[in-house]
Amino acid sequence: MPLYHQSRQTVIQAIFLVVFVILMVRLFVLQMLSPQYQMQAMDNAVYRSIVYPDRGIIFDREGKPILENTLTRELMILPNQLKRVDTAGLLSILGIDTAEFRQRLVAAIVKNGRYRPSVFEPSLTIEKFVKLQESMFRFEPGFFLQERPIRTYPYRAAAHILGYIGEVDSTILRRTNFFYQMGDYMGLSGLERYYESVLMGQRGVSYQLKDNRNRIVGAFENGKYDTTAKAGRNLRTYLDMEVQMMAERFFANKLGAVVAIEPSTGGIIAMASGPTYDPNQLTGPQRRRNFSWLLSDTARPLFNRAIKGQYPPGSTVKPMGALIALDQGVITPEYGYGCGGAYVACGRPIRCSHAGGGHAANLRNALANSCNSYFCHIYRMSVDKGEYGGVMNGYVRWQQYANSFGMGVRLGLDLPSEDKGFIADTGFYNRMYRGVWNSCNNVFLGIGQGEMTATPLQMANLMCIIANKGYFYTPHFVERIDGQGVEDTIQRRFKLKHEVTKIPREAYEAVQLGMQDVVDHGTAWVARIDGITMAAKTGTAENYGIINGKREKLQDHSWFVCFAPRENPKIAVAVVVENAGFGATWAGPIASLIVEKYLNDTLRTHRLKEVERIASKEIILPVIRQKRQRLDSLRKARLEVVERSVTSSRNGMGDGLSSEKTAALTESTRSEDRAKGISNNTDKGSGSKGSRRLPENHSIHQVAIIRKDEGTQS
Amino acid sequence: MRARNPEIARGVDWAIIAIYLMLVSIGVMSIFAATYRDESILQGFLSLKTDYSKQALFFFISLLLGVFILLIDSKLFTATANLSYIAGIILLLLVFPFHTEVKGTRSIIRFGTFQLQPAELCKIFVNLALAKYLSQLETDFSRLKDQLIAAALVLLPAILAIFQSETGLALVYFSFFLVMYREGLPSFVLVIGISVMVLVIATLLLESNMLAGILTAMAIAAIYLFRKSFRRNRGLLFLIIGCWILSVGIQRFAVPFLFESVLKPYQVQRIYATVGRDFSVDPETMSEEDIRKMEDRKKASTYNVKQSKIAIGSGGFLGKGLMKGTQTRYDFVPEQRTDFIFCTIGEGFGFLGSTILLLLYLMLLMRIVQIAERQRSTFSRCYAYGVASVIFSHVLINIGMTVGLVPVIGIPLPFMSYGGTALLTFTVLLAILVRLDADRLMNLR
Repeated sequence: MPLYHQSRQTVIQAIFLVVFVILMVRLFVLQMLSPQYQMQAMDNAVYRSIVYPDRGIIFDREGKPILENTLTRELMILPNQLKRVDTAGLLSILGIDTAEFRQRLVAAIVKNGRYRPSVFEPSLTIEKFVKLQESMFRFEPGFFLQERPIRTYPYRAAAHILGYIGEVDSTILRRTNFFYQMGDYMGLSGLERYYESVLMGQRGVSYQLKDNRNRIVGAFENGKYDTTAKAGRNLRTYLDMEVQMMAERFFANKLGAVVAIEPSTGGIIAMASGPTYDPNQLTGPQRRRNFSWLLSDTARPLFNRAIKGQYPPGSTVKPMGALIALDQGVITPEYGYGCGGAYVACGRPIRCSHAGGGHAANLRNALANSCNSYFCHIYRMSVDKGEYGGVMNGYVRWQQYANSFGMGVRLGLDLPSEDKGFIADTGFYNRMYRGVWNSCNNVFLGIGQGEMTATPLQMANLMCIIANKGYFYTPHFVERIDGQGVEDTIQRRFKLKHEVTKIPREAYEAVQLGMQDVVDHGTAWVARIDGITMAAKTGTAENYGIINGKREKLQDHSWFVCFAPRENPKIAVAVVVENAGFGATWAGPIASLIVEKYLNDTLRTHRLKEVERIASKEIILPVIRQKRQRLDSLRKARLEVVERSVTSSRNGMGDGLSSEKTAALTESTRSEDRAKGISNNTDKGSGSKGSRRLPENHSIHQVAIIRKDEGTQS
Repeated sequence: MRARNPEIARGVDWAIIAIYLMLVSIGVMSIFAATYRDESILQGFLSLKTDYSKQALFFFISLLLGVFILLIDSKLFTATANLSYIAGIILLLLVFPFHTEVKGTRSIIRFGTFQLQPAELCKIFVNLALAKYLSQLETDFSRLKDQLIAAALVLLPAILAIFQSETGLALVYFSFFLVMYREGLPSFVLVIGISVMVLVIATLLLESNMLAGILTAMAIAAIYLFRKSFRRNRGLLFLIIGCWILSVGIQRFAVPFLFESVLKPYQVQRIYATVGRDFSVDPETMSEEDIRKMEDRKKASTYNVKQSKIAIGSGGFLGKGLMKGTQTRYDFVPEQRTDFIFCTIGEGFGFLGSTILLLLYLMLLMRIVQIAERQRSTFSRCYAYGVASVIFSHVLINIGMTVGLVPVIGIPLPFMSYGGTALLTFTVLLAILVRLDADRLMNLR
């Protein structure tokens, strides 16, 4: 054929060329100008695994660990690798049947899918672990063993202080700007939370290669980019675990709190809040259930009463009144008041437990005899002092004093969510009395009642100020952090000395001697310890609560504050036992035992009986106890029902009855909780309202059933 | 003129053979890089159970077949061209009752472990038959009738392939129009074809009103530019207006009709995915199964292209090195030993390696065109252009797909993709070309 169209070969070649150039340009754009594909390939194939450092350990003052990291051993399952696994052998080692095996397998697949490992059996016993390890080759690669560190508490104590760790949630992730990652553990309360940055250490990162099903296939670039984990640093605390454990024993069946501080440093020797719980409950697989149980307990074991409990301090605050008056110069230690058995200057008499002549002849005597009239009187002298020109300014001054003594303000110890107690301000009184009031209206402040509450920590701190004769260090647990450097500022503020008063030492002497008399021949004689001079003050605080919708006066709170030895104070203690009556009955002996145990390192034999006596005594308001018991029995029933339904369904006979019953039980518990919630709310509201309407009832604070939200704790 | 003493090496074009050997070797190496796991290499090759060893075996068989073809007399090809075409069509028809469904295509006949894909094989026969028809003395390609017969020769297998869900291979048959163009098909056919393609793509990419506006603007601009010529040439004005009406018509009515009534939803979806747009159909017009199928395919095809682009894009300039590519080593790219084999090169050897590979293909195509033009007989020339067209369309669609320029259409990369039928087909195509070229001084009919 003729070569008519020979020129068309160029057109065809041009088409080829153009298409290839387009392809090359596209390749150039993809490979040279699009760095994001490199990132995406990395994301696809490189698995960034975090190497978790060991969390720091917390030691007591003797260098013994209060909590430890132990390894829990788990049997892990990889569902897609189960082909050549000797299932029968595994079942016999674990002691489970095929149905159970199936159930767990399905649960694992549901939870993490087929290609990712899940826990098949948590917390293996040593025997099982060893047996499994020996014959692991028969179960690989479908099963493998894994060790994971968890916290354990050898003393089973100090739960409120140490706090607990838990997996971070999405709120924390966002708040910390994704510093933490899903699956990380962090301290959620207590020292674990406060010292999180110190305890957590530094994560290491190891990069590994994975395939399209997220299976690890080897190290990335032979570990060139890996970083090693740095262990968390240890905390050395002031805690004396012997004292701490004894204190917790006392409060296992009581509501209340005890705080013991070393006055010279502000170091906290012991802090217990009743009722207590075993910190081991909040680790391991049962954590979630135990936590919700503790949360629903009417006695509220998760609530740290030592720093959050707000109690009217009663007579224990009288030394502060005296110090304020002394510092202002309105009295001298020799100042006396003629009390005839009641304070009558404000109309309705305020009763005093003594009537005898001269029981308030000077400050020392007045303190020893806890004369209500004397302290009401000097309170009024303080606020009505002429140079302030009126009760308003006088009260403002008095409130400033109280604040500098640590009352009504947060002390700022190294635990999260401390409460500040309550000291009313002038605005409060202006609202309450429509702007017209005088020192008679709040004269009860002089004897620690009225518009005033304090936490046990604040009272212990007050004792430190008296023991130190005018200054204190912010109470704190941690003495030092291992490997502490200048860059550690977290502890700096605990080294600051807070000067409170400028009172001469002789005046303090009078207050201290008065408090010593309280023990030697006053209300606190039960707390006397042979060979130790102790200064103390009892308190019996009136309080009210709402029970079944009615406001009722409850049994008084028993207060006891002290420090010892008086000449060279080593320990200051504050104890409050809710609804336990006179200060001397329960709080006093408890404080005394704590002081003796701490100072002598041991108790004499006849005192051990005393420990038993106090520890075995349950002091819980009947209302709370009843609710608690009902809740307990409900829980037990529920647990049984659940167990029964699990076994029956496992045997293939799951009947509708048991599940119905469970539902019914759950419902009844819920309505119980609801009722409780409502009563709590009314509690709080009417409580403060009552104090406005009925000023003559001088203590309008229900502490027994005070509900502050526990949200910060959970 | 018969060669008295058939000597294989006489007149053989070594350049083509060299490029062929290089490409197949690179292919085997890529399959090895993509599928090698930690087994012993020697054992892997000897066992013939691994993909790379099987491909090596196919390579060997292909070489034997190639040598065998070089021994055949060239006249045999012209003599049997029509017959083989008929046989090929019969094979294609036999697929309908006897096919086995494999991965969504219905184009495979299976005898035991051996799989045959007639649509693939038929490329050779169609090429031979087209060459034969175009080289016949009584064929006058300037006549419309002969043009239509040639088109029918090509379109028949293409339509059968479409019915077997082999859209990709059907597209390959369309590439034979390049051969017809070379042989005198009017240029405007090619121009119109390309214009329509551009228009369809623009329809997909642009808002329909905006595109209509642009077309109108273009028409007005053209009228303004040529306003002086209209006095002399009335027809030009009508031509411009006619083009404008036709374009807007295609854009407004033909393409929507095509997408709604002719193509299957998943195909529309793939086309949209290629231009980077989301495709939504009214779910009420589709059966539930169709929707599910479409969702599955959508997921699969967008995932494939995404992973393929990541693999190639992460290669950078020099690549990560042989067997070091994480995307291809750890199975992120699906079908990477067959349709997505180019990813292995793109990731392992980067822009440099990919470009060299593309240049190899371009050199092969240019060489074939060169060879075609030096043939004395029309048959050989047509056949050579046919081979170039087939290879060109395969490379364009396959690599275009892996870099995200072309919809996901599963066709193999010539000489490289894993698969016996494809490798043998391309070998035979090329071997016949070399054989014909060796006899380029003969006049074959």
